[in-house]
Amino acid sequence: MKRSHNFTCIQCPLSCQIELIEEEGKILEVKGNLCKLGGKYAIAEFTNPVRILTTTAYIQRGILPMLPIRSEKPIPKNLMMKCMKELAKIRVTAPIKCGDIVCENILNTGINIIASRDLPEER
Amino acid sequence: MLEVDLGVIGGGPAGLASAISAYKEGINDVLIIERDMELGGILPQCIHDGFGNFIFGEMLTGPEYAQRYVDELKKTAIKVKLNTMVLEVNSNKRIIAVNPEDGLLEIEAKAIILGMGCRERTRANILIPGDRPAGIYAAGVTQRYMNIEGIMPGRKIVILGSGDIGLIMARRFTLEGAEVEGVYEIMSNPGGLTRNVVQCLEDYNIPLYLSHTITNIKGRSRVEGVTVAKVNSEMQPIKETERFIPCDTVVLSVGLIPENELSQKAEVEMDWRTSGPIVDERMETSVPGIFACGNVVHVHDLVDDVSESAKVTGKGAAEYITGKVNRRKIPITVKNGRNVSYVIPQIIRGEKFGESIKLYLRVKETERNVRVIASSGEEKIFAKKERAVRPPEMIKLNLSPNVLNKITGNELIIAVEKDEKKS
Repeated sequence: MKRSHNFTCIQCPLSCQIELIEEEGKILEVKGNLCKLGGKYAIAEFTNPVRILTTTAYIQRGILPMLPIRSEKPIPKNLMMKCMKELAKIRVTAPIKCGDIVCENILNTGINIIASRDLPEER
Repeated sequence: MLEVDLGVIGGGPAGLASAISAYKEGINDVLIIERDMELGGILPQCIHDGFGNFIFGEMLTGPEYAQRYVDELKKTAIKVKLNTMVLEVNSNKRIIAVNPEDGLLEIEAKAIILGMGCRERTRANILIPGDRPAGIYAAGVTQRYMNIEGIMPGRKIVILGSGDIGLIMARRFTLEGAEVEGVYEIMSNPGGLTRNVVQCLEDYNIPLYLSHTITNIKGRSRVEGVTVAKVNSEMQPIKETERFIPCDTVVLSVGLIPENELSQKAEVEMDWRTSGPIVDERMETSVPGIFACGNVVHVHDLVDDVSESAKVTGKGAAEYITGKVNRRKIPITVKNGRNVSYVIPQIIRGEKFGESIKLYLRVKETERNVRVIASSGEEKIFAKKERAVRPPEMIKLNLSPNVLNKITGNELIIAVEKDEKKS
């Protein structure tokens, strides 16, 4: 049986309403998206929804007390809270460069958590 | 007295992009004045991703987006004064500022760019009745506390208003272990971008109550709870629908206002619709040599648009300094037609058009299958199809020299019309 799934694209502010039609899990058609990113997004939301996780970590000896961090690649949506618990444990020390890995291979996803800014040491 | 060619007030995304743009146009003597301890404006606290899709073709976080511009700035000879508060700008293009190192500073500039950004509306702006306990914050304040200072503002949160920062903070609070009871929006449509409704609320099962508002805040030293109610079509609360929600924190995401105290001191003419200065297509205000860019002009939804239009500002300022400006005697007024709440720029002063002009506009109401039309005289000179228009999402029109040269008289009317073929 053919089934239709609706997604609101979040790749850009146009927020395309995308319709995905599948039969027994096999994707037959994706429509409503104005760009290629939208088509890819709808397929991903149907098969394996993922998000970039962005949060902060405590940093010692930095010019600020918190370091903004992010997942290098999108991670499965259902792992967000588990990752947050894992990241609450980490402690980082300044100086840090944007892109430095602060947590390697989080929860065996193969994805690193990286710093999203330079954070110099406090003088 | 310090003398510079170009003084840029504010080191946020608008100030950075405009300063770099002017520098690339050959203005070497540029000074950015920033009140914070670092450049980037609001970006360092916007740790979520979604920035840079248009400019860099990548999804960056706020700090990463700021870093790109700061790195580019480092390759230039642009000077920066941090921890410096501008107290006054006058129409003779003199800036008065203060910082702990120099004390009081007087700076004379050949041209000035205003890039002070915007401020959040507060409880006082929307007059919520009730007690005045601790625990009531503007959304951006909680964002700064959590992402920069590492302070948790509360545990049980009610959010009033569905602006983007409120939606983003709903997710942020949830990730950090707080409970967000719900987001209450007085209008019948969300105030923020759809992607934020999807990604910040729906992903975390946070309810969004449209046509609802807070009618009372209760608490002695700390917030103890709020009363919420549905509103009718006149936006008046319906008494019978009132219910009490225990909470310790109220977060307000009820709009942003361009920060123009300095512009007004400089006698720059203001537009009451945008709360920003009236600008021409080169982003020059009514005071010759004073330019503006970013959220000081009108509140943008995307930083990419700020950076892009700030480039125009920087180029305009450079042309002013080098004396390459030809203005027509009577400017063309850009007028709002059907379902248009405002258009930037408000006036066009160019004599001849060798380059395209980008117009930024917002609609009053949501509509589907429309054409955005520019007309001059009785003639339609430009039309662009839009499948949907929504007030929170800015519309951009790129008018080519070919179109611009069709303007007759001194008026350009921008209107949104129903697409006859589709409706």
